[in-house]
Amino acid sequence: MSLEFTSSEMMSITAARALSNDLICFVGIGLPSEAANLARLTHAPDITLIYESGTLQTRPDVLPLSIGDGELCQSALTTVSVPEMFRYWLQGGHISVGFLGTAQIDRFANLNTTLIGDYREPKVRLPGGGGAPEIATSAQEVFITVKHSRRTFVKDVDFVTTVGFGRDGKARDNVPNIGRGPTLVITDLCILKPDPDTRELVVTSLHPNVTREDVIEATGWDIRFADELEITPAPTHEELAVLRSLKERTHAHHSGQQ
Amino acid sequence: MAEFLSLKEAVSKYIHDGDTVAMEGFTHLIPVAAGHEVIRQEKRDLTLIRMTPDLVYDQMIGAGCAKKLIFSWGGNPGVGSLHRLRDAVEKSWPNKLEILEHSHAAMANAYEAGAAGLPLAVLRGYVGSDLPKVNPQIRFIECPFTGERLAAIPSIRPDVAVIHAQRADRQGNVLIEGIIGIQKEAVLAAKRSIVTVEEIVDDLGASVNACVLPSWVVSAIAEVPGGARPSYTLGYYDRDNAFYKDWDAIARDRDTFLAWLKHNVIEKGAAS
Repeated sequence: MSLEFTSSEMMSITAARALSNDLICFVGIGLPSEAANLARLTHAPDITLIYESGTLQTRPDVLPLSIGDGELCQSALTTVSVPEMFRYWLQGGHISVGFLGTAQIDRFANLNTTLIGDYREPKVRLPGGGGAPEIATSAQEVFITVKHSRRTFVKDVDFVTTVGFGRDGKARDNVPNIGRGPTLVITDLCILKPDPDTRELVVTSLHPNVTREDVIEATGWDIRFADELEITPAPTHEELAVLRSLKERTHAHHSGQQ
Repeated sequence: MAEFLSLKEAVSKYIHDGDTVAMEGFTHLIPVAAGHEVIRQEKRDLTLIRMTPDLVYDQMIGAGCAKKLIFSWGGNPGVGSLHRLRDAVEKSWPNKLEILEHSHAAMANAYEAGAAGLPLAVLRGYVGSDLPKVNPQIRFIECPFTGERLAAIPSIRPDVAVIHAQRADRQGNVLIEGIIGIQKEAVLAAKRSIVTVEEIVDDLGASVNACVLPSWVVSAIAEVPGGARPSYTLGYYDRDNAFYKDWDAIARDRDTFLAWLKHNVIEKGAAS
């Protein structure tokens, strides 16, 4: 029997599955936070979630609206200062996966959260880098989750806020003491991974009911597909039930109806 | 020793036009009431520093207090843009706003270097990022021992740091609990500091390793219950997430914003 699910649910569930129980995950707010907590509430109960506000090993019951909601602190093993978080825990090499969202991503998985247009005369000013520029280089590897559209998947980002593999795919070559960079990109249409040689993102798995044409249509460059293209497994009853319950609790909490 | 002042007196005495002001708080303990007092006193030409400028900086920028913003993430967390900040950057309303942006790691390091009395901070940062192209204060140095290329930025040394905390005792020692952010470093890096607190108590009730600022590093303390709202104070009240969502519509339009500011900040203060 097939289940009804949305493409957003498919994205969160696929992203959650990528997180295993033994990871130390530095979690960005928004989609990464939703997926990371879904992982913790399903197959990865012991995953360590860390937020840049200083909360180590946190277990929130509802998804935080901000990176520093009280829920994160009160359900954490301990809370450290922000300089300690970035210096000791991130730069010090304790993070296995940095999990990021973005406004724009390009074919070499560079991320732009700074602006659309020209820096001095922006068309749209975005929030900026936050923790991402160093999460992307100090974590051992980086997962990215973002909705797939021509607005987000562009050939070249307007601004490299956070490096994937640079504008030529070679930015990490011969740079010592940094992580491997993006290894996985999960969208609402598919899963992408960098080509081992060129570092260009390649579609490795299509979500159920998604066609190659859908992905081509939503991507701003001539997207490549893996030779052995997989179909992402559909969500299970349990995954959908846990995700929907988490989102309902979260909505009620942030609307002041807790 | 810290002196106990009203918020109005503290802002009047310690924040001057043209100052570099760091009103810190990483989502938690944001000194919102102090920011509103800055707006009411019509301070101008401030260089505002904060890692995560949110609603109160949006309000101060929209009210015309700022000429420059140094920051690392300027948004309404989980909601979207800061529309007053965007309007100032994109359309120079109500005045031109110069921006200088960093990453969180760099700013955290720069505050810590400021607190440590150093001229610069060094970090493994900005690899492959375009930020060094648009921020001339991001440079690179070579480690004299290993040859590794590392990012260097000037330390942050504000004229004034403003923070909110749970409580102070009657000697003026301050306890900060929960997500403590960068507040200790901001106060120690600054020439002067104002701390607003939920309450003044006989005994701080601090555990032996608690984050405590001794009275002799604080310039002024003002008792302002609810002084972080709509942010939160752990142990006192929760974050008003609904207001953070509402702010998006209020701030989107200049007239709606000005009406909100008049009713909720300017007139509110004048009556008290």
